[in-house]
Amino acid sequence: MITFKLAFRNLVGAGLRTWLNVFVLSLSYVVIIYMNGMLDGWNVQAKSDMMNWDTGQGQLWQKNYDPSDPFTLQDSFDPIPADFNTMIGEGKIAPVLVTMASFYPEGRIQSILLKGIPENQKVIELPTASMTADSSSIPGLVGKRMAEANKIKKGDVITIRWRDRNGTFDAADVLITAIFETNVPTVDGGQIWIPLSRLQKMMQLPGEATLFIRGKSDWPSFGKDQWIVKDLKSLTADIDQVIKAKSVSTSILYLILLLLAMLAIFDTQVLSIFRRQREIGTQIALGMTRGQVVRLFTLEGAMNGVLAALLAAVYGIPFLASQAKYGIPMPKASNSMGMAIAEKIFPVYSVGLVVVTICFVMLTALVVSYIPARRIAKMNPTEAIKGKIQ
Amino acid sequence: MAFLPSVLFGQNPSASRIIEQIDKNMASKNRIMTATMIVHGQRDDRTMEMKVWSEGDKKSFTEYLSPARDKGTKMLKLADQLWMFAPSADRIIQISGHMLRQSVMGSDLSYEDMMDDRKLTDVYNAVVIGPDNIDGRPCWVLELRAKTDDVAYFMRKMWIDQDRNIPLKEEWYAKAGKLLKQTTLSDVKKLNGRWFPTKMIYKDMLKTGGGTEFVINDIQFDVNIPESIFSKAALR
Repeated sequence: MITFKLAFRNLVGAGLRTWLNVFVLSLSYVVIIYMNGMLDGWNVQAKSDMMNWDTGQGQLWQKNYDPSDPFTLQDSFDPIPADFNTMIGEGKIAPVLVTMASFYPEGRIQSILLKGIPENQKVIELPTASMTADSSSIPGLVGKRMAEANKIKKGDVITIRWRDRNGTFDAADVLITAIFETNVPTVDGGQIWIPLSRLQKMMQLPGEATLFIRGKSDWPSFGKDQWIVKDLKSLTADIDQVIKAKSVSTSILYLILLLLAMLAIFDTQVLSIFRRQREIGTQIALGMTRGQVVRLFTLEGAMNGVLAALLAAVYGIPFLASQAKYGIPMPKASNSMGMAIAEKIFPVYSVGLVVVTICFVMLTALVVSYIPARRIAKMNPTEAIKGKIQ
Repeated sequence: MAFLPSVLFGQNPSASRIIEQIDKNMASKNRIMTATMIVHGQRDDRTMEMKVWSEGDKKSFTEYLSPARDKGTKMLKLADQLWMFAPSADRIIQISGHMLRQSVMGSDLSYEDMMDDRKLTDVYNAVVIGPDNIDGRPCWVLELRAKTDDVAYFMRKMWIDQDRNIPLKEEWYAKAGKLLKQTTLSDVKKLNGRWFPTKMIYKDMLKTGGGTEFVINDIQFDVNIPESIFSKAALR
């Protein structure tokens, strides 16, 4: 306890030097928690948006379906298993049929994905109920990205061309009944959604689907040879990878900040030991062991970490809390990135994140304080009292 | 003149007879031609020159002569297979599956359009729907409707010059009846005793732009073509 009191008194007595170290170290706390909180917030938001708009609680893919290879689409459909029909009728499972097609924005030809989904589905947030039109035209939905890229407005009629299951060309007009806004590009860019029954008829594939999206209920029985279960983890694996890559790049920033703080503590420690040789000699002469003196100096350095944590709490908590409340605005350009980014990201700070950050900074401060203090163990007390440089 | 008796009696000739006459007039054992393809895009035009060796409907070899960036590109079609050699990649690739649906050198034609060598009468039921007139020339209008499932265009319409037995216009329709592509053939010349259109314009009717123009600069029928031309070894 005496060592603790002594260390605290020495530290506060050093005045501005201590407070500069403490301030830089406190910045490390805040920046580490802020950056990681932002990435965690992005992760949580991206996954929840993906669940709401694209993946549902899980999917079932026809065995040939590979969304990264459009050439697989011509063989990626099978009859809907009979046990699914009740839940499809209740909107708890959404069958989706996917095919390639072309459309002609401003006279250009562009390849798109044509996706059919039941109007009554309640699994994802696509406004499928608004796909209503008289029988002469096909009602369709497009996302805001697709609409902006091709200057499509609600009420526009666009011509699409596709091939049915036999390869015969067909073409028809689609009436855009709604334009939806989402952060999830996988349901937006380069695709048009139309009622499933219409697409099945157009493709001559009655009662067939490429994939199923489920809500909270479990899958009914299905043929394991035709369909492959995709759980949420595999469907959102891309997000995990991006976040992982991002966290490596942001960690470089706070490692630099932490390094600066540690350098300051290290320098302060070296200077203290050099300037306070007489004090060290006297302490040993008065009966303190060398180990106790090393502990005293190490504690002094490490207490920078404690003071920094307190200081960080003073200005960091209001700052981090306000960010969590009002969100961090993301630039508009990030909207066209290949993954879900909202207009604002709300950081998420977990207890684990805060505890790990405090422990990490404390431990680092302890190590850099101990390294210069080891020299004390080699000092000759008589020489030290005389103030001779050793 | 072949249809004179029918015309005199006010009847349309049979479609199969008309198709037979076209085949007789246009088909040859083999041919070598040099041609210019002009792709009229929305902003600018692209002109390509090529030399084509072909034998019947099944074999054809094309070499692009200009512009510089396409020079040396070669295509070989043997029955239902198509290979392409691009000097920049120095590699022979087989064009198959969905790749056949892509456009040929940015034109309004797809590889598949080039590949379809089945006899019209094998895949379509043809009927003559009446006479018409194109650029002052009397024509028969043929309507062809698919009789098999695996045909790219469900319906086609052909305007056949009544005197010269050559198509002057063709329209390609989607199943729902929408016009998808149109071909117009003109500059008909008498070559080696047969009438032959030397200018063709292919147009994707859903796209803007002036379509793709195909002009035959020189054509020789029934000449001696070495068999080695129609081999993969000739691509490099």
